[in-house]
Amino acid sequence: MKTTTQEDVLAKEGMARRSFLKFAGAGAIAAGVVATASSCQKHGGVVSDPTAIDLGTGDLAVLNYAYALEQLEAAFYTQVVSSPYANITTEERSFLTDIRDHEVAHREFFKAALSGNAIGALTPNFSKINFGDRTSVLSYAKAFEDLGVSAYNGAGYLIQNADYLVLAGKIVSVEARHAALIRLLLGIAIEEDTIVNVSGSGLELSQTPQKVLDQANQFISGKPLIAPNLM
Amino acid sequence: MNLLNLIEDIHTADPEFQDRISPRRAAIKNITSFGTKVAAAALPFAFSTLFKKAYGQSATRSVNDVLNFALTAEIAELGLYNTGLGRTGLIPNQDRPAITLLRDVETKHVTFLKLQLGNNISPSNAALSFAANTPNFDYTGNKGSSNAATAPFPTVFTDYNVYLAVLNAFEDTGVRAYKGQAPFLKGNAAVLTAALNIHSVEARHAAFLRRLRAIRSGAAIKPWITGDGATASGVAAPALAATAAAAVYAGEAVTTQAGVNIAGFVSTSAAQEAFDEPLTTDQVLAILTNFIRP
Repeated sequence: MKTTTQEDVLAKEGMARRSFLKFAGAGAIAAGVVATASSCQKHGGVVSDPTAIDLGTGDLAVLNYAYALEQLEAAFYTQVVSSPYANITTEERSFLTDIRDHEVAHREFFKAALSGNAIGALTPNFSKINFGDRTSVLSYAKAFEDLGVSAYNGAGYLIQNADYLVLAGKIVSVEARHAALIRLLLGIAIEEDTIVNVSGSGLELSQTPQKVLDQANQFISGKPLIAPNLM
Repeated sequence: MNLLNLIEDIHTADPEFQDRISPRRAAIKNITSFGTKVAAAALPFAFSTLFKKAYGQSATRSVNDVLNFALTAEIAELGLYNTGLGRTGLIPNQDRPAITLLRDVETKHVTFLKLQLGNNISPSNAALSFAANTPNFDYTGNKGSSNAATAPFPTVFTDYNVYLAVLNAFEDTGVRAYKGQAPFLKGNAAVLTAALNIHSVEARHAAFLRRLRAIRSGAAIKPWITGDGATASGVAAPALAATAAAAVYAGEAVTTQAGVNIAGFVSTSAAQEAFDEPLTTDQVLAILTNFIRP
């Protein structure tokens, strides 16, 4: 867990934070969170309790929710690329490197945008994944991408700021592109009822933050993420 | 589809439409006389200029405006799937199941949008056909003109690579169109969530088609969008096709998001790929207009 104090973060990333707040028009919300955080035990800029990392309220909670998921994805692909599975092809390595870079870009974007209001760095737990095995890696890649798409789609309506909504939209379609490619690499149907209601409306099956976090928490060591106010 | 009908539909859905344009009734009148005096090819320009005047970035649109707008794009896309699947020898047997699956899902999107709109479907949308060989669309991108010299995609139904490129352009336009409309749906949780749940499916389709094109034709494209122009579209020639395809990817090369320099974290190409950009209403209409038979 990141232990940088609020003051350090603000000093170091003051410029980024100012431009973020200007962009967000969320100064009042941010100030409220910071004020509360400075009087409590804190992780990043979000109030924490002893047993869980609470993502907080409002747009900052949605952004931290996205930041948490992007941290997991980025960490996963970083490990995939640094210790490739057996018999990986040149093309597969290239695709997975691209995806790693996209996820790192997403993670760093949220970190910079949230600045002092960001949750700390999560400690991923990928012990279930056999990084030496192609099927294991690609199956988890598919799971992470599908989870990401369903998470962004399910949280869109919680976003108050229109610019954030568009930003979430800019990212979610890239996650969907990743998901499609991973499915092709696995040689499975491009869409099926587990992710898209193929036999019904033809719509993606979005998930609530609560459901998504239940799944994401399986890949995090230490305190689980909670978002009681995101509903 | 008749453009004048579309304007009338918008007027019905948005009674203040005429107040947004200046001079009031004269604008519609001008369009009419414009249409009769100049070549049909000039119409889309005047049309899109009118839209630009009426709907700036700050303009709001009703939920039904957005749904009707999405429906027009979905019907156009579905007609392309249906027409392609109906052409003997166009789609190789090994690709038919996947293209059919995509078509089936797009059919459900059209059904879903029509169900949501109910009686609020615009008259011009109600009149559109998505059947194979629909008379409403010109998938050569030639606005219904019979002058083959001006068609960006004259071989859309005889050359599988061109067919996939146009299909891909429709799906990527769809992704960008839904993204651009999302803010107008803010405050309506059910419709916004539904739109997002269609948006991501369009992205899955686009990525699949981009991968298929890379495998089939050796197009130097990835499932995600790198840069803009021919780099993004994978269509470098002939010139008309390249220009038409490039319009779909205008603005995709940006590397700064909300004031954050993404290229400071990863390579320029990865920074471009990591974020898909929206299109405005009039940008989408300008693209779609090329495929609409007046």
